[in-house]
This record gives sequence, C-alpha cells and structure tokens, in this order.
Amino acid sequence: MLIEGKTGPWEIVIGLEVHAQVISKAKLFSGAATDFGAEPNTQVSPVDAAFPGMLPVINRFCVEQAVRTGLGLEAQINLVSVFDRKNYFYADLPAGYQISQYQRPIVGKGKITLDLPGGETREVGITRLHLEQDAGKSLHDQHPTKTYVDLNRAGVALMEIVSEPDMRSPEEAGAYLKKLRSILRYLGTCDGNMEEGSMRCDCNVSVRRPGEPYGTRCEIKNVNSVRFVMQAIEYEARRQIEVLEDGGTIRQETRLFDSGRGVTRPMRTKEHAHDYRYFPDPDLLPLVLDPAWVEEIRNSLPELPDAKKARFMREYKLSAYDAGVLAAERESADYYERVAKGRDPKQAANFVMGDLFGALNRLGVGIDRSPVSAENLGRLIDLVADGTISGRLAKDVFAAMVETGQDPATIVEERGLRQVTDTAAIEQAIDAVMAREAAKVAEYRGGKEKLFGYFVGQVMKATQGKANPAVVNDLLRKKLAG
Amino acid sequence: MSLDKSAVAHIATLARIRVSESEKEQLVHELNKILHWVEQLGEIETEGVEPMTSVAEMTLPMREDVVTDGNRRDDILGNAPAAAHGFFTVPKVVE
Repeated sequence: MLIEGKTGPWEIVIGLEVHAQVISKAKLFSGAATDFGAEPNTQVSPVDAAFPGMLPVINRFCVEQAVRTGLGLEAQINLVSVFDRKNYFYADLPAGYQISQYQRPIVGKGKITLDLPGGETREVGITRLHLEQDAGKSLHDQHPTKTYVDLNRAGVALMEIVSEPDMRSPEEAGAYLKKLRSILRYLGTCDGNMEEGSMRCDCNVSVRRPGEPYGTRCEIKNVNSVRFVMQAIEYEARRQIEVLEDGGTIRQETRLFDSGRGVTRPMRTKEHAHDYRYFPDPDLLPLVLDPAWVEEIRNSLPELPDAKKARFMREYKLSAYDAGVLAAERESADYYERVAKGRDPKQAANFVMGDLFGALNRLGVGIDRSPVSAENLGRLIDLVADGTISGRLAKDVFAAMVETGQDPATIVEERGLRQVTDTAAIEQAIDAVMAREAAKVAEYRGGKEKLFGYFVGQVMKATQGKANPAVVNDLLRKKLAG
Repeated sequence: MSLDKSAVAHIATLARIRVSESEKEQLVHELNKILHWVEQLGEIETEGVEPMTSVAEMTLPMREDVVTDGNRRDDILGNAPAAAHGFFTVPKVVE
C-alpha cells in the first residue's frame, strides 16, 4: 500500500516485536506461581525479588513452550542458546538486569502466513524468538509522591517474537497480530489476551520512496490492542511523511501511543537508556536441547490454522475466506466441524458464520459460551433439510434457540412452527386470499403479473409463514391461471 | 582499547555510582591497566573456538513446572526500606 504525499507516493515499512507471556504454572527461573490478578507480592520467590545469593533454575516446561512456538512458526530451533543479562535500572526490576537472550536465541528464522481480505495470503518473516523474564508492575497512581511496586509478574516467562520488516500497511500489521495470536492459542503457549497484557506489541515504523533503501525508524512501545497497533502505525507513518516532505529528518527514537488522542509522542527517556551492556549470565549455563526432545514436541503439535484452513477448503469445499475465518480459532473450527459432520458443509458454514457469529457478537460472548450447542445447530439444519421447517422459519427457530438454549425440535413443536405441506390447507388459504382480493386477482389476470409476489406474501401471512413456499407457488400459479 | 574520562563518567552513570572528578582520573588509570592486562588474551588464536561461558562440564539443569514458592509476602517485603498495602514503595518514577 502506498500513501500519497504532497510530493509523491510513500511506502510504509513495518516490523513488529511481540512480547507473549508463556502459559506455565511457575515462573521461568523460580517456583512462584504465574496466575493473573493475585494479591500484590504474594507470588514472589526470593529469586524474583533478587535477594542476595539466590540462583535461577530454568523451568523445563517454559523451554518446551518456546520450542513448541518456534516449531509452530516453522522456525529453526537452536539446539544451543545462551542467556544474557540486559542491564538497566528501574524500580520494578529488582536485580538491575533482566535475564534475556541476545546473540544466541532459542529460536531462529521462521515465517507466518497472513490471511488478507479477499482470501489473499502474504508471507512475513520471523527473525527470531527468545526467552526472557517479565518485569514487575509499577503503579504510579496510588500515592502523590510514591510509586507502588508489585513483583508478582517479575520473572514470568516471556517469548519475544521479532518479525522481519516485511509489512507494508497497518492492515497487514493487524493481520500479522491476529494470525500470530491464533497460532499461539492453537499451540497453547500464550493466551494472547492483549487487554490483560499477556501479549504486548512494539511497532517499528519507517517510510521510504518505493524502491529506495529503508528510512530511519521509530519504535512505538507497548501498544495493547490490534486496533491501536493499526491506528498507531497509520498516525506515525503520516507524521514521518509530513516531517520529510517539509524538508526535515526522522530522528530514531522511542515513542508512545496515546490511545485517547490517537497520536504518538516521543517518550521522555534518559540519556544512554539503550546501553544495556549485555553479557552472558554467569549464573546460567548454555541451554542445550536434545534433538530427540525437539522431535517429540514436533510430533505433539496440533493441526495449526493454515493446515486446518487448507483442509476445510479441500474437505468441505469452502472458500479461502470462509475457511480462514472458521479456522482462526480452535474453538470455532471444532464447533464448525461438529455442525458440518454428515451435513451440507456450505450450509453449516453459513449458519455458523452468519447466524451464530452474529448472535455471539450481539451477546458479547465467545463460542465456548454459546447458548446454542453445535449439536442443536446441526439438528436445526436437519429440520430444514427434511422439510419440517422452511429456511425462513429456521431463522426464527434459531433466534428462539439463542434465547432459550432449547433444542430446535422442541421449539418447533411447542410453537407449532412445523411447515404445512398439506395441499388442502394451503389451497384453503389461497382461496381465502383470492376471495378477499378479487380486484387484484382481476388485475393479475388482466396482465399485471408482478402481483404474483404479493399473493405469495398474503398466503404466507395467512399461514403464519408455515406453508411450504414451493407448494404455495405451485398451487397459486394454477389457481390464478383460473 | 583504552578509556578516557568521559567514558568513565558514562560507565559511572550507567551503574548509578557517583564518582568525583579526582576519582575519575584515578579510575581512568586503573581501568586502563585492567583492560590492557586482559587484552593480552588477544594474542591467542581463537578462530573457530566456541566461546567458553563456564568451566563446568555440564549442561543447564532444569526444574519441573511446579509451584514451590510464594505466599510469603512478609519475607519478601521484610527488608524493604519502605512498603505499604503489600507493595514496595519507591519515590515516584513515572515518565
């Protein structure tokens, strides 16, 4: 995507760094718990609080989660990686350094395939993934002159996932985050909850004339929703273009996104803040992985979104778009498959993506808490297929299912919605309508044939929508012909 | 490689250590002596040799993902210069 400036077109170049909190019971280097929302400083071990003499011991499962994520990103797994100390001072970093990985991360180059609108795809490179500790949390608004520090989060395992500068529009950045989140959730390595901060994003943005080398980039720190990431990039790119077109230059700097005003502004950082003086952590030996263990993890991977999408297209003949939407979340994919099993897959997709997703959106709940079970939605489709109810009434039955959670057969029986295919009853309704609308019948017979639809409507109304539409059409045409 | 006074001042700032002007001069001298001594290692041919990060011939020991610690806030806050409502408190550090 190109942005038209005053002096010609510009191209946006975007790379993203995502911090994803690893799903584990205990922290990366200590035995304290990781649960979100506990009382302050109750999930802290002396290791997390950096008491003198405490030594870190790595959590095997966190390593496994990082390897699993690397495999899910089709990335190179480095059998030897090294932990380094990243040195800086901040109140919520008790050791004065963060244990991270610098030159030798656990995961190397990989890739993510973006699903773009219209069913197109685009590949974005992953530069690396490394393991590191999260910091504690500072609360600045509890006291006029003091900052409160809670170390519950200090030491929780994070995966920092760095992309190549392969994205060219805010939409692609949004698609990247959605796809990455989808893969992490499928793998069960991060819950992807941006609101709770278990997935956070730094955006590197620069602009250039098409075909020219990369421009100077700015980094927008800690953006916490997909929508904000897209807004921040859009704003930042336009800001940079304006500066350049006015003859200015871009200063490489860290900026913050103000979501209230929709703007980015420079972060007031002290000088030298980026001089981290990395060096290998003398408390930790290099992390060496057994290739057999990596293979074991590889063999335990679930079917991932891309594979599922391809299978949905192949097996159920769905469009790329429909297959992509259904495969985006494991829960919706599983739900869809339970509905589609033994039924018309296209019709199942229409019900799940149209009626069901619409209802869930209105209710503001996820598919895991759907009032309509996959089994009941399947039964509803069966009732349409065997002619018990019309497609039109199915919408009403579905609405009742959302409301009551009942199975469709019960609703159809209790509310008397069974489709009337009894020709005698339908004929009776037609006769009544024709008798009442004698003038219109005469007009129709005089050549005003478009009145046919009107008659169909009247008959359907007379039968409360329960008449079989095909039978109505058929009988009505005969009777009107005289 | 050698350090000058401004480099020493920079390092002191990063380490949050206050160093007086007269100490800086002294530190330039001392740190340079250490650097030059270590630089002797540069005489050794290390092409293709893996950097040694430990003298122990063992790999990183690992621990199972089990919660074995926590719920000891009094211990954790016990040595803190200041605490309130279960938090550490420090002078306001907001940017």
